[in-house]
Amino acid sequence: MSAPFRNAAGGLIDRARAVRFTVDGRPYEGFAGDTLASASLANGVRLMGRSFKYHRPRGVFGAGVEEPNALYGVGEGGRFEPNTRATDVFLYEGLTAISQNCWPNLPFDIGAVSQVAAPFIPAGFYYKTFFGGPRLWKVYEHLIRRAAGLGKPPQHRDVDRFNHRAAFCDVLVVGAGPAGLAAADAASAAGARVIMVEQDRLAGGGFLRDPAMAGGDDGLVWAMAVATRVKAEGGRVLSRSTATGFYDHGLLNVVQRHVEPGQITRDDGAAQTLWRVRARRVVLAQGSLERPLLFSGNDRPGVMLASAARSFVTRYAVRPGALAVVAGCDDHADLTARVLAASGIEVIAVMDSRVGGRVVAALGSRAVTGAIVSEAGRSRTVACDLIAVSGGQTPTVHLHMQAGGGLAWDAQAGAFAPTTARQNQVSVGAGAGRQGLEAALADGWRAGVEAAQDLGLSRPMGARPRGAAARPTPTVSGCCVTLTDGADAKTAFIDLQNDVTAADIDLAGRQGYRSVEHLKRFTTLGMASDQGKTSNLLGLARMAQASGVTVPQIGLTTFRPPYTPVTLGVLAGEAVGAEAAPRRRLTLQSAHAAAGAVWQPSGYWSRPRAYPMSGETSPQAAVREARTVRDAVGLTDVSTLGKFEVVGPDAVAFLEIICATSVAKLAVGRGRYTIMLREDGIVADDGTVWRLADQRYLLTSSTGGADTMAHRLSYARRVLTPRLQVMVTAVQECWVGIAVAGPNARALVDQATGAAPPRHMSVAAARLADQPVWLLAASYSGERAFEIYVRSYAAQVVWSDLERRVAAAGGRVYGLDAMDLLRIEKGHIVTGAEIDGRTCPYDLGLTKMLRKGGFIGWAGLQRRDFQRPNRPCLVGLDALDGVLPEGAMLLPRAGAAPQGHVSSAGRRVTGEGAIGLGLVASGPDRIGEVMIASSPTRRLQGRVRLTAPLFYDAEGARYVD
Amino acid sequence: MMLIACPHCGPRAHVEFTYERTMDAILSVDVDPDTAVAILFQRENPRGPSQELWRHTYGCRSWLRLTRNTVTHDLAEVVAWPPA
Repeated sequence: MSAPFRNAAGGLIDRARAVRFTVDGRPYEGFAGDTLASASLANGVRLMGRSFKYHRPRGVFGAGVEEPNALYGVGEGGRFEPNTRATDVFLYEGLTAISQNCWPNLPFDIGAVSQVAAPFIPAGFYYKTFFGGPRLWKVYEHLIRRAAGLGKPPQHRDVDRFNHRAAFCDVLVVGAGPAGLAAADAASAAGARVIMVEQDRLAGGGFLRDPAMAGGDDGLVWAMAVATRVKAEGGRVLSRSTATGFYDHGLLNVVQRHVEPGQITRDDGAAQTLWRVRARRVVLAQGSLERPLLFSGNDRPGVMLASAARSFVTRYAVRPGALAVVAGCDDHADLTARVLAASGIEVIAVMDSRVGGRVVAALGSRAVTGAIVSEAGRSRTVACDLIAVSGGQTPTVHLHMQAGGGLAWDAQAGAFAPTTARQNQVSVGAGAGRQGLEAALADGWRAGVEAAQDLGLSRPMGARPRGAAARPTPTVSGCCVTLTDGADAKTAFIDLQNDVTAADIDLAGRQGYRSVEHLKRFTTLGMASDQGKTSNLLGLARMAQASGVTVPQIGLTTFRPPYTPVTLGVLAGEAVGAEAAPRRRLTLQSAHAAAGAVWQPSGYWSRPRAYPMSGETSPQAAVREARTVRDAVGLTDVSTLGKFEVVGPDAVAFLEIICATSVAKLAVGRGRYTIMLREDGIVADDGTVWRLADQRYLLTSSTGGADTMAHRLSYARRVLTPRLQVMVTAVQECWVGIAVAGPNARALVDQATGAAPPRHMSVAAARLADQPVWLLAASYSGERAFEIYVRSYAAQVVWSDLERRVAAAGGRVYGLDAMDLLRIEKGHIVTGAEIDGRTCPYDLGLTKMLRKGGFIGWAGLQRRDFQRPNRPCLVGLDALDGVLPEGAMLLPRAGAAPQGHVSSAGRRVTGEGAIGLGLVASGPDRIGEVMIASSPTRRLQGRVRLTAPLFYDAEGARYVD
Repeated sequence: MMLIACPHCGPRAHVEFTYERTMDAILSVDVDPDTAVAILFQRENPRGPSQELWRHTYGCRSWLRLTRNTVTHDLAEVVAWPPA
């Protein structure tokens, strides 16, 4: 293997295990322990992406999750993950990566012509240039959308499994660097249950990049010892696990990767686990991220963060270049220069801004070929292929801010550091703005001890670990955003991922943007998938400088979860596909299946839609089933209706509060249609109420409204009427409801029960198939019908008996579609179509049923708008051209504004032709008018005549016994 | 996600609970129309402590009164409602 930029020794890689991978189909080799970025660099690959807006060539810029440039699509098929940071995916055998944002390929990207046009695409370009009203936008949108976007979304269903786990602990430590390790060690030693999470695959944090002594040993050895001690005390150490969000009351989301992006899981295990950790105390030890420096061409491949350069050299034994310029505004420049030189890289120049050393420009296009540097006002050009930059450290305060913490501006460090905490959180180490190893260890240890003490834990423990760093404690000189003379702000990039330059920020300032929220939206600063990890602060500082104010005066945008991008699949967990929602099974499901049911989802239920016979389509079956009901008798399952028993001396009083219709006059053994209103006067649901005994009532509601109704009844009972003597019980699942409908229904029920069936809208107890049942004589279909309520455990027997009798009477089972055809023809409204959350009783022709007050919704119903004469009201629709699309707009003439819509569409059961129900402005006054039903999305249109909402048996003769 | 100390069940995650309304928006059945409209449509959205009616819907199903800080989500009090 030839890896020309790999050093012969050193690094935390396993040289005994070569790992093969491909990038855009080209094969490469790296070692176990490499990232895609480090292995690519070792192979001399420097061009790792094209930028988002200008398609400029980009190389790796960081060495961890902050990476803005080196993004790949990793994995194949159902494991493809776009926008994967090359620095955040560890090599595995067979890894495949494809480059993004380029066509036809990375070196020869045609989109890079926009680079030539770059000066013409400043911030806000799209907003301003394409501001021409919706019509013009429709033209531009396709072009812009094709050019924009970051990576391609996966095209296949995700084949991986994802888990959720809940966990609890005394102390959660985020970050296993020196500070976090010390905190976990102390808290654990004091007797606290500790969970420590680390996004890297190895514990150690800064030790992985900058070796040092800690606790009397090499830092990494000490780190492993701490992890072992924490686990021995019953704690958990989760590696490759990122705390992505800090939520209320000590809850953190931790996303754990069991395999790398695109990697096949072992033993069919989960690819990732979402831990929902509820912690009593949280120690945030997330460390800091380095800031870039501003100069012309600071985005060219070969320009990278000094910390990243050290990381590649030390952790991966890779030389990211041969000739280096190191630039910085603190001691990190010197440190980096020494580390690079020790690894065999020739350091040409060290530019320390504290003594006037600056980089003016990076030279080269697809890679850095040189730099213009300036010292004491004199500039010169040097040849180099690596420019390592350090603009100071920014504490990672994301979780602290998500938890509602406060920040203070540290002018010396040029960064914000955490101050007040709202939850039980404390920030330590570099993440709290502390400088140096000793401070981090001391800080972390103290936080661990204090967290344990807060929880009343104080086991005797040893002394805190001491550190001996090879690195110096740096001094910093603020956040550097001034460009050196000769540098061009138009190619001095602040946000590398969204292509925001210093010139863009300046332009925003000149155009009067003062709010940081507006700046962000105008320039898109920090809005890419890296969420501005390396860029936000620089942008704010540049803005502050341009406006002549301090950075705190500019302010900060909100830190929202997740800290790093999260696969949607892991948030869904196992709730996908058939498991996405709970499923409710009908008691009679197997009976329906045996009858050949085609299923239809209905809330959490699956209900029979129709029972097609051989050679029949489902719609044909529905018409045949509906005609059977009109001509003979049909049988259907209505068990999913909401059912409530209301019992007690005050049962009537309670029902009169719930129902907008009269209940008080209901005699024992009688039932009535009823509606329930929301407090704002809109109809919530409809149903029936039956008086089973003197103080015992049965209330039904719609299938879809059953759960809501249960909640409403509980509210009314417990909160509004706590003094009433009444018990309200949801009995939906206790009773199976079977409807028998049709001209032969009465004779059939008579025969089945051996007693005279109740009159229409009456209820009686009876025995059927030797089982006690309630017989409710109610009709939804328009035919004489009975709803037979039987205890669920006895339902099968009763159903079988009825099925046999129905067949003997020339009938058959019918499903939801037939039920819909029957009720439309009869003009019955239904929740979800006519009861649509916008209609009040007046709109639905229910005015005469209403009581004069005393029910929920009466006050809301007095609103003036409900008296408006042109409100959409219920009408029947008779299609003149045979076309009636459900949901279509109703227009008085072609091109006019819509005046209503088709709420339900069906066809005549008796006879031919499409009919439906609709809501039309002033509808009842316009009966006879012809309108156009138009559905542009389905390209369907036809004339309809407005009629009364009743197409069948207007006199109700079919109910008469 | 808040941790709500149900007086019957102990501390539970707030996905088990449903928010109903602020306490001042509980309308009596015989409320007059103007008051109803004011309460339903012209609501305060206070910054700070707020008295709210919740229900432990996916737990014991009882109604609770929470005193919740709308800024910090601190729960000063969680009691059964109405009081016995």
